[in-house]
Amino acid sequence: MSNIQSPLPGTFYHKPSPEEPVFKSPGDAVAIGDTIGLVEVMKTFIAVTSEVEGTFVKYMIDDAAPVTAGAVLAELA
Amino acid sequence: MAIERLFIANRGEIAVRIVRAAQALGIHAIQAHSEADTDMLAVKLADEAICIGPAPSKDSYLNIEAVMKAAKDTGADAIHPGYGFLSESPRFARAVEAAGLIFVGPTADTIERMGDKVAARQAAIAAGVPVVPGSEGRIDVEDALKVAAEIGYPVMIKAAAGGGGRGIRIASNEAELRTLAPQAKAEAEAAFGDGGLYIERAILSPRHIEVQILGDGDTAVHCFERECSLQRRRQKVWEEAGAACLDEPTREALCASAVALAKAVNYRGAGTLEYLYDEATNAFYFIEMNTRIQVEHPVTEMLTGVDLVAEMINVCGGAKLSMTQDQITRSGHAIEVRICAEDPFMQFMPWPGVVSKLVEPNGEGVRFDHFLSEGYQIPPFYDSLLGKVIVHAPTRNEAIDKLVIALTELEIGGTKTTVPLHLTLAADPEVRKGAFHTQWLEPWLAAGHLIATKGDAA
Repeated sequence: MSNIQSPLPGTFYHKPSPEEPVFKSPGDAVAIGDTIGLVEVMKTFIAVTSEVEGTFVKYMIDDAAPVTAGAVLAELA
Repeated sequence: MAIERLFIANRGEIAVRIVRAAQALGIHAIQAHSEADTDMLAVKLADEAICIGPAPSKDSYLNIEAVMKAAKDTGADAIHPGYGFLSESPRFARAVEAAGLIFVGPTADTIERMGDKVAARQAAIAAGVPVVPGSEGRIDVEDALKVAAEIGYPVMIKAAAGGGGRGIRIASNEAELRTLAPQAKAEAEAAFGDGGLYIERAILSPRHIEVQILGDGDTAVHCFERECSLQRRRQKVWEEAGAACLDEPTREALCASAVALAKAVNYRGAGTLEYLYDEATNAFYFIEMNTRIQVEHPVTEMLTGVDLVAEMINVCGGAKLSMTQDQITRSGHAIEVRICAEDPFMQFMPWPGVVSKLVEPNGEGVRFDHFLSEGYQIPPFYDSLLGKVIVHAPTRNEAIDKLVIALTELEIGGTKTTVPLHLTLAADPEVRKGAFHTQWLEPWLAAGHLIATKGDAA
């Protein structure tokens, strides 16, 4: 099990845009450098990438919810 | 009806500015805030505060129903929208008017008219204000050649149905236009299903010059011009009053044109007319009007001594303008720089830290408009503007020198800021000469001028 943390405070998004599918769904393979979500900070969107490889389990924060720096955004197996 | 209870539907440094202006006028200040802004400075300073919703702007500062309910619940008789958020929303202004409250700004109809590029251009032409020469409405390729011959090259070719810069091409002569216009038409058809074109004179490397106006619905005055050519991603970073590049007859003609348009639309409140200025031909062209107070209003206040925020509150409360045109004079030179929570050495990455230390610059002719205090967590949900350092001195050279001292005195611990950018700009010989335009800053950054100074500028 490993966790992906938010590098910055802001608003966390599961999708590249509201009309598009989520970056990762449960069971998806995650490679190092894969984008798992976006954090919007001061009107700028920062991609959250995985530093480890594994299998996506679930998002730990709701889509479009506020996050603090270091908050656990997603869980990998 | 003079305003007695003013509701401030904004946040950050401009909310602080408005709260203080209201209190100085003896008006009860009611500050709106989101759940993320409970401990912001304007909330602490205001006579009363009310939460209008969750952190995201769309649920709070942009939520017309929530703002209107809070204004009614607190017994407000007027609403100041600040800048950004709902300040140029005709729907919001109309809701305020319908509720029987005063909107501190022009009428909803004026906001709507001046917010529409085509309607604003028509109003400008009708008032005798120069606009960028171009085709009136959509044209085809053959017409484009005729119009271009009339307005002169270079011309910019735009898709009539377009936006966001797509399909824009620049032709410097007829041969290029013959090649590029059909391409633009084909691309516009593919992108928008509409091959209509629009052409206008391309003003290459223009300066951005704007005129501050004040109106009371019957008459209008100007408070001279500002130059805001130093921009990054269309955001102003450094603003001056006045524009040192203008000669006196041009300044007079520019400011008179702004007053003519303000009078033509019976403007009420503070507003700004933005122009492109072509230094090579000494010509200015109206591009748009902002129907609100602007971020950079303090440079005009330093130049003229006019309190723009107090004046807009008074005239919207029904008073006549407190001054005539001949009573508004300019003295010296003022410069403002925007202090943002961004790391200029890391592509201006936002940096919403906790303010661990705050030392404000001070002294004669130095002003620091901000919303910070030690221990304050800068919220990540809004834009990165933390404040503005404004200086005023007898000459532009002395103003730059004073700016360097003020920026060196300023200390904001716990976060990255754009102060190093401004110190590097202040040390740049081209900036010192005032030799810049709207296309100057981005290539300057790309060429590594800022990075080269890392270590000694900060």
